[in-house]
Amino acid sequence: MSISGLLGQLFAIVLALVLAPLLTGWVNQCRAWLQSRSAPPLLQPYYMLHKLFRKDVVLAHNASSVFRTAPFVIFGCMLLACAIIPSLSTDLPFAPAADTLALVGVFGLARIFISLAAMDIGTAFGSLGGRREMLIGFLAEPALLMVIFTLAMISQSTSVATIVETLAHREVVIYPSLAFAGIAFTFVSLAENARVPVDNPATHLELTMIHEAMILEYSGRHLALIEWAASLKLYAYSCLGLALFFPWGIAAGDSILGLAGAIPLLLMKLAIGGALLALIETVNAKMRIFRAPEFLGTAFMLAVLGLLVRLLLETRV
Amino acid sequence: MSTIPLSAQLINLCASVILLLAFAMLAQRRVMQLINLFALQGLVLCLSTLVVAVTTKQHHLYWSAGLTLLLKALLLPWILHRLVRKLYVKWDIESLVNVPTTMLVGVVLVMIAFNVAQPISLLSQTISRGTLGIALAVVMLAFLMMITRTKAIPQVVGFLAMENGLFLAATSATYGMPMVVELGIALDVLVGVIILGVFFFQIRDQFDSLDIRNMERLKDN
Repeated sequence: MSISGLLGQLFAIVLALVLAPLLTGWVNQCRAWLQSRSAPPLLQPYYMLHKLFRKDVVLAHNASSVFRTAPFVIFGCMLLACAIIPSLSTDLPFAPAADTLALVGVFGLARIFISLAAMDIGTAFGSLGGRREMLIGFLAEPALLMVIFTLAMISQSTSVATIVETLAHREVVIYPSLAFAGIAFTFVSLAENARVPVDNPATHLELTMIHEAMILEYSGRHLALIEWAASLKLYAYSCLGLALFFPWGIAAGDSILGLAGAIPLLLMKLAIGGALLALIETVNAKMRIFRAPEFLGTAFMLAVLGLLVRLLLETRV
Repeated sequence: MSTIPLSAQLINLCASVILLLAFAMLAQRRVMQLINLFALQGLVLCLSTLVVAVTTKQHHLYWSAGLTLLLKALLLPWILHRLVRKLYVKWDIESLVNVPTTMLVGVVLVMIAFNVAQPISLLSQTISRGTLGIALAVVMLAFLMMITRTKAIPQVVGFLAMENGLFLAATSATYGMPMVVELGIALDVLVGVIILGVFFFQIRDQFDSLDIRNMERLKDN
């Protein structure tokens, strides 16, 4: 572990913290443009965080310590996820902390805590949201794991950095299995980030909300942390998707030059990805909650197909 | 990995898309979109045949590709579209047996097909032998579609999709069947669809619907 590697790692974390709300703001702005509404300012999420951090926390009388610690746990999980996903460089000193399977576990831990916190107060909406979140989670997780298995078979490793390195530095080969895995990953990300076909991040309509229902009782800096964590999760999933399926431009070493070249490329890819997300959210209608198993079942099936196609077509010498 | 030539990669990609479309058809509830998916499958099948033809310089494969394009991507979808419009079943939405379950059964079928085809494809020396498993899987998925559907038109589409799978199998295992056989099959399929179209009208006159579960109540008086 070198000093420059450590610096690169710290830089990646700081960049994640700074860029995540910006990405959320950008997606919201694109969405507003596409739906011909007047767009909120790009920096709106920062104003929001600033406002929330200055406000006092209002706690329910029966809130237990789970409710108070959950925002910090969720924020920590998302920060760890952002730290081990290679966004700029694959030379990450923190990367051995967790491979891709553990990464799925980190997301799972955050999900469990947010659901527990939602049920902790005992309001009807909280438990409704928590249960729905667990339903989505238990359907999305196997699909995500299958996607990861496909990629792990291509690169013979489950470490995120190694996978990205293998994929970025190969000769141009068409992998049909990667296409299957990419579509499945998109489905899973939409579901995991509470995006439109499964959940609507902008709604507070009681019957349809999932994510918003869970965090209704939060206020002040707790809410700020949770909102920030949600932005970080979107950023983490975007970076993971970009690193796995469009890995070009991610620096292999820890040279300053490589990092400097990777930053504009990452910004560009995130901007395009955010615009595409807004497009997906605009052209699709939110589906009934009972259709979500079908949606995620399709994702799981695509991921399994990717794995099978990989076994059939690409393993011969 | 690097030993797979570009043409084989393209063929593999086409075959994967055909498999994906087979699954999309399995899950599709609307009749019109089902027919469009079938047309798209025919188009991709034509592309993959073309790639095989260009790589192996087999002239009769060009004819096969042209025939596929004409028949499966243009003519048959057009006939089916016309039938749907004439029968007023354009907005027919079929309640399927639980889509995720069907999908999971489909995945199991794909596994079986891949396993069965693996030893057979090793015997073949063609560039596209890897896709034999996919071809078999497409045939089995089309079977599954015919079993799970209750309306007449999706069943016919399933039948035609099965023919797509067989065609893919023939191209991948032996660079296509002899021209006479291929023409014969093409004509059979065309005539089959026309006759089935006539049957549709008969079925609808008899039962006021295209639900073939009605056929179970037929009695010979």
